Amino acid sequence: MDIIDKKLLSIIQKDFPICSHPFKEIGATLGITEEETLNRLKKLKEQGVIRRLGAIMDSRKLGYKSTLCAMEVPEEKIPEVAAILDKYIGITHNYLRNHKYNMWFTLITPSEEHLQKTLADLEQKTGYKIYSLPAKKLFKIKVNFHVPGLEEEKISAL
Amino acid sequence: MLCELDKAIIREIQEDIPLVSQPFLEIAHRLGISEEQLLQRIKFLQEKGYIRRFGAALRHREMGLKANPMIIMRVPEERIDEVGTKLASLDRVTHCYQRPMLPFLPYNLFVMIHAETKEECFVLAREMAELVGVGDYRLLFSEKELKKTSMRYFLEED
Repeated sequence: MDIIDKKLLSIIQKDFPICSHPFKEIGATLGITEEETLNRLKKLKEQGVIRRLGAIMDSRKLGYKSTLCAMEVPEEKIPEVAAILDKYIGITHNYLRNHKYNMWFTLITPSEEHLQKTLADLEQKTGYKIYSLPAKKLFKIKVNFHVPGLEEEKISAL
Repeated sequence: MLCELDKAIIREIQEDIPLVSQPFLEIAHRLGISEEQLLQRIKFLQEKGYIRRFGAALRHREMGLKANPMIIMRVPEERIDEVGTKLASLDRVTHCYQRPMLPFLPYNLFVMIHAETKEECFVLAREMAELVGVGDYRLLFSEKELKKTSMRYFLEED
């Protein structure tokens, strides 16, 4: 990745132009052609840096209910349980974390009723208790990351 | 209220938009509407907050952001709004939620950051904790990504 790729990633994470020739517009801000912009994006997509380019919806606004769940899964059962969870479209993130409760996943469903049903279903299928931690208050969702190496940064949150 | 056309649009733009000169024209063709109509509708969905963000979802690990801990903090209930708002204002914080406390996990504020190294995360977390005057916190690092996808709304299997 060169500096133009990094700038491109930084731009394309947020203000994607909703217009007839969006890549031409993005290219113009970077001083490159539409064709080069598309080629760079295709490469970043192939390399796996870009997971998806499109709309990120607000699940709450669409009426969906979501939660964060924790489970305690024995080491040897992890692949099996992960495979069960993998089948659910509403389970979008699943991570192993360094805690007694080691499996952490997010679940999004069309309604509260659906959420409870899915949790019960998952407990039954996996055989493990699920601790659901629905957000009581949302302070922030950002999810455009700083691109490392784009500028000199000090390690500071402030 | 979203009409059937809005839902059909969401089903398209929640996937990958095509990397071609006029991506919205191609999507509009699939939907049987004009490009102009599609652009207007997407802008409407953005203005009303149904689309939280239009742009690229990146694989932060591929960008060199290999450490993504969930920082869990125990905050006195009466300070939760103040602390949550303060932490949410920091650039390096991508997610910040209040969640219910569980007996095995007596923490009520869940904060996500992304950084290049674990060491960097410890520095960031300590700074954040000092900033808000919270002493009881832990970093749950993701040791393995088992699943990471984008949610897809208004599908048949809903």
